[in-house]
Amino acid sequence: MFGLGILSGLLIVPLAGAAFILTLGEETEAVKRNARWAALITTVVTFLLSLAAWARYDIASPSFQLVESHAWLAENIRFKLGVDGFSMPLILLTTFLMPFCIGASWLSVENRVKEYFVAFLVLETTMIGVFCALDLVLFYLFFEAGLIPMFLIIGIWGGKRRIYASFKFFLYTLLGSVLMLLAIMAMYWEAGTTDIPTLLAHRFPVGMQWWLWLAFFASFAVKMPMWPVHTWLPDAHVEAPTAGSVILAGILLKMGGYGFIRISLPMLPDASAQFAPLVFALSVIAIIFTSLTAMMQTDIKKLIAYSSVAHMGFVTLGLFTLNEQGIQGALFLMISHGIVSGALFLCVGVVYDRMHTREIAAYGGLVKRMPLYAAAMMVFTMANVGLPGTSGFVGEFLAMMGAFKANPTVAFFSVFGIILSAGYALWLYARVIYGKLEKPNLQGILDLDLREKIIIAPLVALTIWYGVHPAPVLDTFAPSTEALMQNMRTALANTQNAEAAAKAAKLAAAEKTAPETSQKIEAAAR
Amino acid sequence: MTPIQSVLPSITPVLPEIVLSVGALLLVLWGAWRGERSAESTNLGALGLLIFTFFLVVSQTGTVTTLNGAFIADPFARVMKALILIGSAATILLSRDYFQRERIDRFEYPILIVLCTIGMMVMASANDLISLYLGLELQSLAAYVIAAFHRDDVKSTEAGLKYFVLGALSSGMLLYGSSLVYGFTGTVSFPGIVTALNGPASFGLVLGIVFVAAGVAFKLAAVPFHMWTPDVYEGSPTPVTAFFASAPKMAAMAMTVRVFIGAFPDVTAVWQQIIVFVSIASMALGSFAAIGQRNLKRLMAYSSIGNVGYALIGLAAGSEEGIRGVVIYMIVYLAMTLGAFAVLLSLRRKDKMFETIDDLSGLSRTHPWLAFSLAAMMFSLAGIPPLAGFFAKFYVFAAAIKADLVALAVIGVVTSVVGAFYYLRLVKVMYFDEPQAPYERIPPGSAIVLAASSVVVVLFFLIPAPLVAAAGNAAKSLF
Repeated sequence: MFGLGILSGLLIVPLAGAAFILTLGEETEAVKRNARWAALITTVVTFLLSLAAWARYDIASPSFQLVESHAWLAENIRFKLGVDGFSMPLILLTTFLMPFCIGASWLSVENRVKEYFVAFLVLETTMIGVFCALDLVLFYLFFEAGLIPMFLIIGIWGGKRRIYASFKFFLYTLLGSVLMLLAIMAMYWEAGTTDIPTLLAHRFPVGMQWWLWLAFFASFAVKMPMWPVHTWLPDAHVEAPTAGSVILAGILLKMGGYGFIRISLPMLPDASAQFAPLVFALSVIAIIFTSLTAMMQTDIKKLIAYSSVAHMGFVTLGLFTLNEQGIQGALFLMISHGIVSGALFLCVGVVYDRMHTREIAAYGGLVKRMPLYAAAMMVFTMANVGLPGTSGFVGEFLAMMGAFKANPTVAFFSVFGIILSAGYALWLYARVIYGKLEKPNLQGILDLDLREKIIIAPLVALTIWYGVHPAPVLDTFAPSTEALMQNMRTALANTQNAEAAAKAAKLAAAEKTAPETSQKIEAAAR
Repeated sequence: MTPIQSVLPSITPVLPEIVLSVGALLLVLWGAWRGERSAESTNLGALGLLIFTFFLVVSQTGTVTTLNGAFIADPFARVMKALILIGSAATILLSRDYFQRERIDRFEYPILIVLCTIGMMVMASANDLISLYLGLELQSLAAYVIAAFHRDDVKSTEAGLKYFVLGALSSGMLLYGSSLVYGFTGTVSFPGIVTALNGPASFGLVLGIVFVAAGVAFKLAAVPFHMWTPDVYEGSPTPVTAFFASAPKMAAMAMTVRVFIGAFPDVTAVWQQIIVFVSIASMALGSFAAIGQRNLKRLMAYSSIGNVGYALIGLAAGSEEGIRGVVIYMIVYLAMTLGAFAVLLSLRRKDKMFETIDDLSGLSRTHPWLAFSLAAMMFSLAGIPPLAGFFAKFYVFAAAIKADLVALAVIGVVTSVVGAFYYLRLVKVMYFDEPQAPYERIPPGSAIVLAASSVVVVLFFLIPAPLVAAAGNAAKSLF
C-alpha cells in the first residue's frame, strides 16, 4: 500500500492510533474511555499485523526478509527495514506485550489518560523500529527516540521519586548512546554506508574494531544494563507505573542484547572475541552481586528489578560464549525474561492497585484471599528461578551449557546465580503469599477480577508452553545464529591466518638478517 | 567563473539588496509622512518586502561575482540569505503584538530590521574584507538601536549601550586584523589573499588572522567573547532577543565561513586550532553555565552560545562535509530558536510578561499544544532523535569524525548530554509540575512562527533530503 511494506505498517499503525487519541477533546469520562479503547484496539491491530508479517516470514532462511527501502538522508543512508531470525521474535514479543500494558493501565491511570496512551503508542513505534531497522542511523534514531516517551511516562505517572528516576534514566542512557553515534559515523566513513546488510559483510580493520566495540559497548551495556552501570534500572522500575515497568523489563532491556547480536558480534568479531573475558567478568559479577542485592530488598519492584539485572547477566554471558548453545540460550532467555518479568510486574501491579504499597512487609498470607493470584504468581516465580518446565529454564540452561563450553570457570560461578535466584524469588513468594493473613487492611482484599484474569492467563500459558516446547522460538533463532557463527568463524580464522602470515614474514625477515649479524659478531670477536 | 568585466558592474546579483534598500527608504518616507499612525502599515510593508526578497533570492542561480569582485552571489550566500530573511520576517511577526502592548509600537522598528537585514545579506555575500566590514557595520548599528528600542526601560537602554560599546570594540579588532592581513598580503579580496598566500604564513599574518577570529567570535557570541550575550539578551525587548538569536547568528556564521574557507583555505593549520578551542569552550560554557539560570532569556543566551560551539565543529573540520554540517545546523537552529521564542512571547497574563522557568510550570495542562511545541524544541536542542536537532548534530559530528577530530567530537557529545539536563528541566517543569493560572491566547504572529518551526523540527526526519541537498549545494560552492 502506498509503496510501503508491512513493516512500515507496524510503525505507522501505533502512530496513527496516537494521532487519533490526540484529536479527542477535553478530558471527560467519555474521552478517557474512548482513549483506552482506541489504544487497546490499536495495539491489538498492531499485534495482528505482526502476526501477518510472521505468516509471510520464512523461518528457514537466515537472510533479511520483508525488506523495504526508501530514500532518506542520503544515497547510502536509507530508510531501510527488514527482519531476520533475531529480530522477528522480538518484534512479536513487543506487539504481544503492548495490549497487556494497555490493559494493565485501564483503571490505574486516572489523570491525563490521553497523553498516557499517546506516549505508550509512540513508544511502541520506536521499539518496533529498533528491531526492524536495517540502517544504523535509523537504528540509532529509534533507539534514542524511545527515551522521550519513557521519560514522560516515568516522570508524569510515576511514584514519589519519579523526577529523579526519569532524569537518571534519560541522562544515563543518553550518555551511553552518544558514543555509539560517533562509532556509527566512523563506520560510515570507513565502509561508505550505514546499511546493516552491507556492513555485516564488511571487514573492519582489527585496530579500529577495538574502539568501535568499546563505543557500542558503552551504549548497550547501559541499556542492558550490565554491572556497574545498572543503577538507573532499579530507580526507573520502582518509580515507573506498572505498564512502564513491564515495557522497561520486557522490551527496552532487550535492545541492549539485540544491539550486541545485531552489531557488536557480527560486525566486530575480532574485538568481540578479544573482549569476551571482560564481558564474562562483568556478567558473573552482575549475576552474583545483583542476586545478593535482590535478596536484601524490601520493595517488591526493586527486587524484581535487581533480578532482571542478574538475568541480563546470563544473556550477556550467553552471547559472548560465541558458540551456538550460548547464543541460542541468551536469545531464548531474552524472550522468556520479556514474558516472565513483564508478568511479574503485572502481578505486582495487581496488588499495588489494591493496597498502594510495594513494601514486602505490608503483605503476607495473600493465598488465603487470592488463590488464583497466588497460583499465577507461583508460575512466574518458578519461571524466574528457572525451574524445568518453565520458559526460564530453557534459556538459562542453554546459556550455561554454552558458557561451560567456552569457559568452565565462568560457568561454575554463574551457577551460583541460579541458586541465589531461588533464594530471593522463593523468599519473596513466601513473605508475600504465604504466612498468616494478619494485616487488618488485607482482610478485604479481592482476588483477580475478569480484566486481570484475561491479562494474566495468556502469560501463564505462554510461560509453561515455552518451557515444555521451546522449539518454535529456538527454530526461529537457529538459521540466523548458524549464519552468524559461520561468519564469525571465518572472520576469526582470517584474522588468525593474517596474524600468522605476518609473524612468518617477520621471522623470515629476521632470519635473513640473522646470518649477517652473526658474521659481524664473529668478525668483531676475531 | 570569470568576473564580469564591463564599465558598469552587473547589478542583477545584487538585486535583492537593492530592492531591500530602496524599499527601506520608501518605508522611511512613508513613515515620516504618516507619522506614528503608520506603524501598522510599515510593519506590513517590511514583512512584504522581506518575503518578496526571499523569493528573489531563492529564484537566483549560479555563481557570480560583481562590483569588482567585492560581492559574490553563490549557492552558499543564497542559502544563508534565505535563512536571514526568514529570521527577520519571523521577528516582525513575533514583534507586532508585543510592541503594541508595551506601547513602543513605532514605525522605525521594522525599517531598522530591514536595514539590519541588508547588512547581514552583504555579510553573507562579501568577497573582500571591505564589503565584509561594510555589511557588518550596517548590521551592527541597526542592531544597537533596536536593542535599546524600549528607551524608557533601564534594562533595555543598558543592553543597547553594552552591545554598542562591546560591539564597537570587536569591530575595531576585526578591522585591525583586516589591516594586518592586507599589510601582509597586499590585497583585501578573498581570492586575492588565497593566491598571495603561498608558502607558510608569516607571523604578522597569523596575528591578523587571530584578530579577525576574535572579531568574528564576538559577533558569533562564542567563548571567550560571549560576555555581552546574557545581559543583552535579557535586557532587550523579547522579540528583539529572538531576532538577535536568529538572523544575526546566520549572518555571523556566514561571515565566519566566508573568511576562513574563502580567504584562508590553505593555512588551515593556523586557524583550525583557534576554531577548535573556541568550539570546545563554547560548548562547555553553554552547557554548564546554563544549568544555574532561572531566566528563560538568559537560558536561551547560553543555549545559543553552546549551539554556536556545535556549529563551529563543522567549520573546524574545514571540509566540504563540515560546511554542509554548519549550514544544516544553522537551518535547524533557526527553526528551534524561533519556535522557543514564539512560546516565550506567549507567556502573558494581563499586561505582564513572564520569563522565568517556574512560569512554565504545568504548561502542558493549561496549554497542551504550546507545551508540546516547546518540549519538541527542547528535545531537539538536546539533540534527541527523531527531532531536527539530532540531524544537525549528526552532520557536524560526522564531519569532525571524518577529519579525525575525534577528541573534539567526544567532548561535543559529552557536553550535549550535560546540555540535555537543562533542556529536560524545562520539559520537567512543563509536564511534571503542577499547573498555574492559564496565560492569554497566543498572539497570531507567534502562532504562525511556532506552527512553522514546529513542523520543521518535528517532521524534518520524514523528508530531510531537500534541506540536506540545499546545504550540500551551498557547501560545494565554497570548494
